[in-house]
Amino acid sequence: MKANEMDPIKADLTIIGAGMAGLCAALFALEQGLSVVLAGKSGSIHFATGLMDLMGVYPPGHEWDEPFAAIDRVRSEEPGHPYASITNKEIDTALETVQRFLGDHGLPHGRAPGRNVDIITSMGTLKKSHMIPLSMWRGVKVLEKRCPTLLMDFTGLKIYSARQITSVLGESWQGLGDATVRFPGTEGKEEVYPEHLARSLDIYETREKLAGKILPLMKNAEAVGFPALLGMYKSCETVRSLEKMLGVTVFEIPTPPVSVPGIRLQEIFLKGLKQNDALLSLPEMVKRVESFSSGKFKITAGESGTLKRIESKGVILATGRFLGKGLRAERTGIRETLMDLPVIQPTKREKWHNPHLFDPRGHPINRAGLQVDGMFRPLTESSMPFAPGLFAAGSILAHCDWTRLKCGSGVAIATAHAAVRAFCKRYK
Amino acid sequence: METEVLIIGGGVTGTGIARDLALRGIPSIVVEKTDINAGASGGNHGLLHSGARYVSNDMHSAGECMEEGRILRDVAPQCIDDCGGMFVAVEGDDENYVADFPGFCEKNGLPCNPLSPEEARQLEPELSSRLIAAYQVEDGAIDPFMLSLENIAHAKKMGAKLFCHTRAVKFVMGARKIETVFLEDSRSGKIMTVHPQLVINAGGAWAGQIAAMAGASLTILCSMGTLLVSQSRICNGVINRLRPPADGDILVPGGTVSIIGTTSRRVDDPDDIVPTVAETDCIVSQGAGMIPVLEQVRYIRAYSGVRPLVGSAEGGSDDRNVSRGFTLVDHGKDGVDNFITITGGKLTTFRLMAEKTSDMACEKLGNKNPCVTRTEPLPSTMEGKWTEPGLAPRRWMAKPHGETDKILCECEMISEKTIDDIACELKKNNEIPDLLNIGKRSRLGKGPCQGAFCSVRVLAHMYDKGALSGNHGVDDIKAFLNERWKGQLPIFWGEQLIQAELTEAMHCGFFDLELAGDHESK
Ligand SMILES: Cc1cc2nc3c(=O)[nH]c(=O)nc-3n(C[C@H](O)[C@H](O)[C@H](O)COP(=O)(O)OP(=O)(O)OC[C@H]3O[C@@H](n4cnc5c(N)ncnc54)[C@H](O)[C@@H]3O)c2cc1C
Ligand SMILES: Cc1cc2nc3c(=O)[nH]c(=O)nc-3n(C[C@H](O)[C@H](O)[C@H](O)COP(=O)(O)OP(=O)(O)OC[C@H]3O[C@@H](n4cnc5c(N)ncnc54)[C@H](O)[C@@H]3O)c2cc1C
Repeated sequence: MKANEMDPIKADLTIIGAGMAGLCAALFALEQGLSVVLAGKSGSIHFATGLMDLMGVYPPGHEWDEPFAAIDRVRSEEPGHPYASITNKEIDTALETVQRFLGDHGLPHGRAPGRNVDIITSMGTLKKSHMIPLSMWRGVKVLEKRCPTLLMDFTGLKIYSARQITSVLGESWQGLGDATVRFPGTEGKEEVYPEHLARSLDIYETREKLAGKILPLMKNAEAVGFPALLGMYKSCETVRSLEKMLGVTVFEIPTPPVSVPGIRLQEIFLKGLKQNDALLSLPEMVKRVESFSSGKFKITAGESGTLKRIESKGVILATGRFLGKGLRAERTGIRETLMDLPVIQPTKREKWHNPHLFDPRGHPINRAGLQVDGMFRPLTESSMPFAPGLFAAGSILAHCDWTRLKCGSGVAIATAHAAVRAFCKRYK
Repeated sequence: METEVLIIGGGVTGTGIARDLALRGIPSIVVEKTDINAGASGGNHGLLHSGARYVSNDMHSAGECMEEGRILRDVAPQCIDDCGGMFVAVEGDDENYVADFPGFCEKNGLPCNPLSPEEARQLEPELSSRLIAAYQVEDGAIDPFMLSLENIAHAKKMGAKLFCHTRAVKFVMGARKIETVFLEDSRSGKIMTVHPQLVINAGGAWAGQIAAMAGASLTILCSMGTLLVSQSRICNGVINRLRPPADGDILVPGGTVSIIGTTSRRVDDPDDIVPTVAETDCIVSQGAGMIPVLEQVRYIRAYSGVRPLVGSAEGGSDDRNVSRGFTLVDHGKDGVDNFITITGGKLTTFRLMAEKTSDMACEKLGNKNPCVTRTEPLPSTMEGKWTEPGLAPRRWMAKPHGETDKILCECEMISEKTIDDIACELKKNNEIPDLLNIGKRSRLGKGPCQGAFCSVRVLAHMYDKGALSGNHGVDDIKAFLNERWKGQLPIFWGEQLIQAELTEAMHCGFFDLELAGDHESK
């Protein structure tokens, strides 16, 4: 397909927002044989850590090893939660599809059906997650066994300290050690950046030099952990060859944004999706969405002068929350940015947040968002679908505080699947 | 412990007294229940008053401010931004008040230069187009943190001692005197005792509670004021609304930011002060009357302080109309000869307050040395420096070529070496070089990101240096971020709410910090 100023681009479905929810919606829609326009920058996924949580904590403070049991509990106690309108089977299918897609395109993920796993964060805390890059998956076993392990650090890396992790975890993990070396080729640099190191490790010679520096430090280590920068485009290969050179298990520890795993995810997603001719990906922001009684949508994207017009039968709104800019918080209330859809929210600003940041219950504002029907269609104040072909997916949905429930990516993936299914049911 | 003088309260008054006494050869111990400037001295506007605000109702204060302002410009220039100021009125403001203002200034001998609205807007482009009057005055901005830190550093050099996190909890009385003072370490709960010859109560809004421990009655009413910090500096100088004191009528520059306030609300407990959404909204909408962009700018923090109002200020009138003069009490009148209370007053007049208090102390102790703080420059030490916005970046830019130094706090441009210097100072004072303590001694986390990123970097750095160990960092980062959080609650909208969401995504969504360590994050 080609974008042209004059004639509108025609597609079955327009997906607005290219974060986790939008990208997955595009994947599912293409699998259904739909023609798709995916509009929006996908920068927000740079913030992703690479971990795809499904459901980890419910009620506040209670952690689960079986995410589906946790989801069952949420469904019965919080009927408004997005998972409540999706079956476990569908959620599982959605995850499997994403796992297969990423694996096929060189970014395999590990996942134990129906199980959460514990993984180490760069803070030294342990976190439950569900589907994680294979490079991190190896660390799960290492953590379980608490075998003698060396955590590597690189001079000049600011956001990561292997010493911090060993200090925090050391008490419960004898044989956990750390070491810092200069990353090959960064001699004399006061500061090094994860993205640069990752790209450099895509080159075989860098790995050899790095392994050469690490080997004398290994002692009895049976595993070596690294900050998440083992290769950008060739992460699997990097991990495999380092394992060969070092002769032990090699794994990655997720780091805060902007993270290499986030960039990998974005690049692989877009590259993989674009192989399908039925997709047109527009980096422009959508400015306006008009819906017509015929059921059609007219969508305008981009800046004046280079405006793009799109016509489609359906729209999936996956514009995220405040960070994604799908929602906007004004002094007087929370608004949806594109169509001014009604937003479920606390009655006044005083009630947006609890006094403590780390309140395990989360904050009321995190549950603000769009109210949808069972088909993921945003509702008007009178509880009618705003338009029969308008769907919403991802973190813009109400009644879900993903930061506390640990269900961010899971909800994005599952609701994207459900929204596409609902669209197909109506139009196919 | 033995000491000649025990000073209770580590605000600008207490630290100022410690220095004044030390300069007269009297060593003292300062005890502070929380940390330097934990009270009003850390919760104020930072306006070095020209006195013009008081010309109509409090001539005495106006004169004191004018004189003290001039002295401080001479002896402590490093703490002052001599930015000048203006009083402005907009359509709808009381025209009689406006008309009387220059006359009052003249009567008080205060310089006051009339400007046309156009001239005023040329100097301060953000002023409202509905301006009807403007007068230039000698206002300035003063960094209260640097001021107290420099005062105490100088006093310590001359033999004074400082104990933070140490609360005076009980006096044991003898014949007409305080015999023993019980001090409690607020972190460990451990009790120490001191036998001072003289006790000075510089407890600000808490002075009443402290006086009561000696059986002396001193009625203090607490008036809380709230202030908002904008992300960037909005005006060059101080802008005052030319009307009787009201909400949201002063804007003061604070280095790279601006501070708008205040409000006035009676509270019962000076320890229980939380800025509210209603106060925030009131300041923004009132302030926008004279500076319209205040409706649009990004705010990064809200905070409050408590003004102590001495004596019964009943009658329902605005607390801001109570005299800003200070109260100095010789408790000999209550039958306690070795006990003095100093409270009230202003940041601007802290030196004078310290002088008068020290004079009284010296008389009681039989010391004849005169006060020298009028002329003796306040030495510039490293301790106060890092609180000054803009200083850390200047240091980083000026680093010798080839020296390696990484920026750890990108909002405030604080480098690794600066953090190391502060950590070193902290260790010398037997304090842990963690985020909470570094944050109190620098601008760490005070920029737009409010600590979300720099906290992680600085923590990593402190572990790398071996300055922190075990689990401490997890509790520390929670406490540090929570401290930042509390100060933003009422200003979470727009950009700052986006930042809040990112902070939560990172620290709860990813790091699971809400599940880590003790769930108690008070
Ligand atoms: C710091 C951080 C840590 C995280 N850690 C984890 C984790 O450990 N585990 C986990 O499972 N998940 C994690 N997440 C991811 C989180 O789960 C995702 O935010 C979630 O998946 C929501 O995705 P989304 O696609 O709904 O929204 P977003 O990711 O916000 O995407 C919305 C997209 O819509 C675009 N957009 C908005 N308006 C328009 C418009 N008008 N036109 C076009 N495009 C528009 C935006 O540019 C943005 O790219 C983390 C996120 C962050 C920020
Ligand atoms: C909102 C507001 C705005 C202001 N704006 C300005 C301005 O722009 N310009 C200006 O000149 N002035 C201003 N002021 C006034 C100025 O801040 C105060 O006059 C000044 O800071 C008072 O200092 P202090 O040391 O006397 O009291 P504080 O700073 O309150 O110090 C008292 C200290 O005693 C400690 N303490 C209490 N009890 C105990 C105990 N039992 N044991 C040990 N320690 C104890 C407290 O923790 C506290 O740190 C403002 C005040 C407020 C509230």
